[in-house]
Amino acid sequence: MAEVLHSAPRFVTPEGLCAELTAALGDKVVAAKEAFGEIVITVARDRIVEVLRTLRDGHQYQQLMEIAGADYPSRAERFEVVYMLLSVTKNSRIMVKVCAAEDTPVPSVTGLWPVAGWLEREVFDMYGVIFAGNTDLRRILTDYGFEGHPFRKDFPLTGYVELRYSEEDKRVVYEPVELAQDLRSFDFMSPWEGADYVLPGDEKAVAPPPAPAPVATAPAKTEAPTADVPKTTDKPADTGAGAKADAAAAKPVDAGEGATKAKRAPARKSKAESAPEPTESRPARKPRAKKTGNEGGSGSAPEGS
Amino acid sequence: MSMQLEQSPTTGDEVITNYTINFGPQHPAAHGVLRMVMELDGEIIERIDPHVGLLHRGTEKLIEHKTYLQALPYFDRLDYCSPLAMEYSYVLAIEKLLNLEVPLRGQYLRVLFAELTRICNHMLNLGSHVMDVGAMTPNLWMFEIREDCLNFFERASGARMHSAWYRPGGVHQDVPEKLLVDIGNWIDERLFPLFEDAMSLVVDNRIFKQRNVDIALVSKEDALAWGFSGPMIRAAGIPWDLRKSQPYDVYDRMDFEIPVGTRSDCYDRFMVRVEEVRQSARIIRQCIAEIPQGPVASDDRKVSPPKRAAMKSDMESLIHHFKLYTEGLHVPAGEVYVATESPKGEFGVYLVSDGSNKPYRCKIRPTAFSHLQAMDFMCKGHMLPDATAILGAIDVVFGECDR
Repeated sequence: MAEVLHSAPRFVTPEGLCAELTAALGDKVVAAKEAFGEIVITVARDRIVEVLRTLRDGHQYQQLMEIAGADYPSRAERFEVVYMLLSVTKNSRIMVKVCAAEDTPVPSVTGLWPVAGWLEREVFDMYGVIFAGNTDLRRILTDYGFEGHPFRKDFPLTGYVELRYSEEDKRVVYEPVELAQDLRSFDFMSPWEGADYVLPGDEKAVAPPPAPAPVATAPAKTEAPTADVPKTTDKPADTGAGAKADAAAAKPVDAGEGATKAKRAPARKSKAESAPEPTESRPARKPRAKKTGNEGGSGSAPEGS
Repeated sequence: MSMQLEQSPTTGDEVITNYTINFGPQHPAAHGVLRMVMELDGEIIERIDPHVGLLHRGTEKLIEHKTYLQALPYFDRLDYCSPLAMEYSYVLAIEKLLNLEVPLRGQYLRVLFAELTRICNHMLNLGSHVMDVGAMTPNLWMFEIREDCLNFFERASGARMHSAWYRPGGVHQDVPEKLLVDIGNWIDERLFPLFEDAMSLVVDNRIFKQRNVDIALVSKEDALAWGFSGPMIRAAGIPWDLRKSQPYDVYDRMDFEIPVGTRSDCYDRFMVRVEEVRQSARIIRQCIAEIPQGPVASDDRKVSPPKRAAMKSDMESLIHHFKLYTEGLHVPAGEVYVATESPKGEFGVYLVSDGSNKPYRCKIRPTAFSHLQAMDFMCKGHMLPDATAILGAIDVVFGECDR
């Protein structure tokens, strides 16, 4: 591992701990990795209780500090449930993960740690992961009667309903969300570093897309001109310019002739003909009267009274 | 409190009725918006069902839609009684993913202000705990200390409470030397006289002891199984403090003791916090004595912004500044769980990055969530007024519990 420069909490991760735990858990392990100083072990969903019991009783991970859910909608089993374990005797932390879908329940670990009750309820509330064996799987953080699972990636940030106190009904009423202004989400990602869309102007540079490939992902593929052949403009054809304009091109186009064509591409008209319409139909105002001393002296007030 | 009568199974000809009452959601002893549905047999608590989430704001979801730097101020608003301790886990999580080195002065400043935050938090908790069980004066005195702390935060960051002062790579701004001198003098001249005076009224007080001693005993095994941390687990006699066992920043250079309880009751939890205030003052003194000169934030310009003055003359600085405050910093793809010792216990951040400028997932591990869950088990068999003492000793703040 690279040299540790950061000053985040330094817990003990002895060399080979990951391999030792993986070996101890045997075939229940799906994947194990050690990155950023954290050991993450992915295990089979239906074996999670056995795994955590082995870790608690055989490897001194006495405390379950947290159960975190996460949503990866592109995966077949879109949810991850991550158990953070802490050993107060070995001074070590590990994460144990299982994957789950909406309809595949995860066995509850409330039998191992009573603290798991609320933690599982929270994951259920936020993501809709079902924990089989949790006897009290109610919603916990959201409102009474809330529908949906707000932390899923496909749940909008603004939600679906908003509530207010209605003076007429003398109670709190729920209504569909109405935003006075659309929710703004700015994309500040640099377009030159791995943007997954075509930059405005770049579509000309890329040859017409061959297959129904959705987006040109690798702009680096466009062939650069070979440096061996110097670019010259000997002939007019090399310059890319069109034929010379003739005298007729300078003539203004009549309004009557080719009116349909003009609709699609408005030809340039002479200045006098095409003075822009005023944007608002407001009659020209009378010039303002000079300020006078007396009240209401609008137009006819005698000057210098 | 609304009440309703409930018929329960009877023995013989005498009808025993259990009360089910609502404690909260608006109740001064609930320390925020907590609704507890209590089932009482006379004045004995049979069962408690705490309903949390009345302050749920979806912070974790909001964070997913913000850049790393924009998400930072949300952490101040979690536990609004100890805002800097909340930021601490988050910036350390980012630094861990980036493997970013923080200059020594920045580390000292963070430790110093984290301990000042601890004092600030404990003043509120000890004061309100005392008030919950009937005493008024100590709370008023300790709020003076708290006010001083908030003034120090204001002098360092410009904001009394929501500082947003810890940043990935260090702290936002250096502090004036005078502030460090003033904090050092304040400890001797203000903190200890006021604090020890207030404590002298409480710790040996007969009424206070009657309300707290032997209330909500929790064994070591239960404390581990219920996910306790912080003063709650230390009061149970387990000397577990992340500042000592998993030191971050310069805590490993600090010389301090970890107080532990002997009986694991509400009185022990209170006394653990009292002693932590003294130890925090000790750490602050060491920080002020040892703090070196130098930069307070990393000089990695992809993470922390350049000096304002450099921006005026140096084009590269201007570009870095612009990119940092529009696009934000990029964090390598990966996942970490970083937990620090907040005044209330283990405050953790599980940060998943996909390599972009926004966190993919930021799970916040609140301290009060696990502790509140144990309310039912701790309160069972106790009297109704004990519930306020137990709740006060948990030190719960709903901004953090509900997120």
